[in-house]
Amino acid sequence: MRRYKWLVPTLYIVFLMLPIYWLLNMSFKTTNEILGAFTLWPQNFTLENYVTIFSDPTWYNGYFNSITYVVINASISVTVALPAAYAFSRYRFLGDKHLFFWLLTNRMAPPAVFALPFFQLYSAVGLFDTHIAVALAHCLFNIPLAVWILEGFMSGVPKELDETAYVDGYSFWRFFIRIFLPTIAAGIGVALFFCFMFSWVELLLAKTLTSVAAKPIAATMTRTASTSGYELGLLAAAGTLTIIPGAFVIYFVRNYIAKGFALGRV
Amino acid sequence: MAAKTTNQKAWFFIIPVIALVAFNALIPLMTVVNYSVQETFGNNVFFWEGVKWFEQVLHSPRFHDSLMRQFAFTFTILAIEIPLGVAIALSMPRQGPWVSVCLVLMALPLLIPWNVVGAMWNIFALPDIGFLGRVINGMGIDYNFTQQPIAAWFTTILMDVWHWTSLVVLLAYAGLRSIPDAYYQAAKIDGAKPWAVFRHIQLPKLKRVLTIAVLLRFMDSFMIYTEPFVLTGGGPGNTTTFLSIDLVKIALGQFDLGPAAAMSLIYFLIVLLLSWVFYTLMMKNEDQ
Repeated sequence: MRRYKWLVPTLYIVFLMLPIYWLLNMSFKTTNEILGAFTLWPQNFTLENYVTIFSDPTWYNGYFNSITYVVINASISVTVALPAAYAFSRYRFLGDKHLFFWLLTNRMAPPAVFALPFFQLYSAVGLFDTHIAVALAHCLFNIPLAVWILEGFMSGVPKELDETAYVDGYSFWRFFIRIFLPTIAAGIGVALFFCFMFSWVELLLAKTLTSVAAKPIAATMTRTASTSGYELGLLAAAGTLTIIPGAFVIYFVRNYIAKGFALGRV
Repeated sequence: MAAKTTNQKAWFFIIPVIALVAFNALIPLMTVVNYSVQETFGNNVFFWEGVKWFEQVLHSPRFHDSLMRQFAFTFTILAIEIPLGVAIALSMPRQGPWVSVCLVLMALPLLIPWNVVGAMWNIFALPDIGFLGRVINGMGIDYNFTQQPIAAWFTTILMDVWHWTSLVVLLAYAGLRSIPDAYYQAAKIDGAKPWAVFRHIQLPKLKRVLTIAVLLRFMDSFMIYTEPFVLTGGGPGNTTTFLSIDLVKIALGQFDLGPAAAMSLIYFLIVLLLSWVFYTLMMKNEDQ
């Protein structure tokens, strides 16, 4: 029994990798081969699909657009969440618990509910089809999440640290930036990771708020697939490329990932 | 944890967060409330309608059907993902080089854009060109998720299990790692069976993370839109039209603002109510 324990995670990972392999497999095939024959690996190996993506600005701009708004969103979310999380973890004040729950309710709001009003709101303030619009819209669920994660990490730091610093004559902001932030660096990394993740994978709002100039890659995929026939190879190649930034980010936070997924609250 | 000091100035730290979230949450929410009680014939002319739209939505069979489908879907994936996630976390190596490899590979599905997940499963499950479709049909079972409701449900649920079980695994794994080795040694001395170790040592420690896991999976699966929309388009017929898909159809497809807004509010209130119940339970756990 104990000896075969490794089988469970192994089988699970095989199950996870199968659809990804299939996507990769298709991305190296020609359209003819995809539709004509069922093959487990590409018979006529081709990089044609990737060449198309890297040579056509409507394709590769999608990647720049996505990465731009994701980075803006993650920086805004974590920057404003830091002082707020500190307040929630250190002080008691009027309405603190209600406020915390109200923040979390925004994480619970279905994006479909907000799609239409967001479109009108961001059109009215003249931000429609800009990276800022998507970055701000994603703050709706990323700020509450960042506050939640950071609050968990900050509550794990003993209060004596703050008090010692004040006794040593540190001003609040100097203490906060020079001592406190480095102490919870892991938490900041995890919060950034989660903001990146949820902003990168969300599409409904990102698609609603953009038309051309800030169109995310995932939306480009949907459009191209439907207008220029059913080019599965191209679709598969574009899909494969969207996995890479995620894999890259996971690699950097791999040591904190288990702790981070518990939102620092274990 | 040391007691928190009362300090009303802490509000200043929270102002930026409130400003940003309120801009994003309150203004759109008020827009929705506005639409939900008015009728319009275009040109920005509105008439007061009271609760007419709410009554209409609450009495429409279409809403009941998508709500039922939503509950069926959410409870099915919870019933599969939570036990499966715990089982996988229990059998993962506790240390060594394989831990990182496992974690990185398992986290991968979580970082794939949702419509790519849908597209990927579409080409993976198609009966003519997809691996899964070929294998199932090869076993002698007639399977075509674009035409058979049962196959569509099976594929949608399998996709969600593929997509999100890792979240449960990672949460449960983090919970298990926080158990000191001394507990296991004590259990060994007492001659405890694996089931007793799970029941009396591991499960109590997992209670808190599992509450978070259920809360997150409940909320997210209740709002699911992109993946089933790309995979099945809500079909065949309406068989996989969940609440969000239905809502977007009404709001952006038919542009029926009043009913869509009323449905949005009802939908939001259901999620809010159920999440509040979970949240209260979680906070109770934390106080103990």
